[in-house]
Amino acid sequence: MKAVLEVSVQPADFDIRTLQASLLAGDAREGGVATFTGYVRANNENRGVQRMFLEHYPGMTERSILAILEESAARWPVLAARVVHRVGELEVGEQIVWVGVSSAHREAAFAACEFIMDYLKTRAPFWKKELGPDGEHWVDARDSDSDRAQRWQGQQ
Amino acid sequence: MLRVLFFGRLREQLDCDSLEVPLTDACRDVDALQASLCASRGEHWAEVLGAANIIRALNQEMLTANAALSDGDEIAFFPPVTGG
Repeated sequence: MKAVLEVSVQPADFDIRTLQASLLAGDAREGGVATFTGYVRANNENRGVQRMFLEHYPGMTERSILAILEESAARWPVLAARVVHRVGELEVGEQIVWVGVSSAHREAAFAACEFIMDYLKTRAPFWKKELGPDGEHWVDARDSDSDRAQRWQGQQ
Repeated sequence: MLRVLFFGRLREQLDCDSLEVPLTDACRDVDALQASLCASRGEHWAEVLGAANIIRALNQEMLTANAALSDGDEIAFFPPVTGG
């Protein structure tokens, strides 16, 4: 069975309940769904954050996330996987990203969800700019994110 | 022609989001294109586009090494990504 994989990159907010339901095929083959939701934090590296601007590379963003979902489905018995990532201006507390994976068993769902998020952080062309009381700051990439993505290499 | 794109901090520092560059002998591969942009557009470009941590993509695939260019290719330069 080929996994059902979907990617959306959009300015609009999303509804988690609707997204989670979209991962179910309707014939109760799934044993579980693992999800991750990312939010705009009020504080980053001791800087106050009021809003965030997310830039992306249209076309490459969707392609690179789909490639990550395909890789996750090659590594684990994924039934369906989906990523929704917002772009444009976001307020503190808003949802930025949602990852959901359904599988027959929890192990694959948990692992694939974490893998997708770790790879997305280092491979999908998004750039965050924080806007706060001290002005604007492009967010720097973190070594800890590269380290987390690196962990999956060599693992099968 | 080559289509050259810039994103994030790079786009802002260069004040440029895209360029059309003729495919000449001076830019037959991505390294040569980057060097030619650094050499021909002044000290500021040389500094910004010569930074060590710049990521390059060819036709919307990230590169980890140099790659040959052909007419109609889309090349992007950007800083390390920070989504999620």
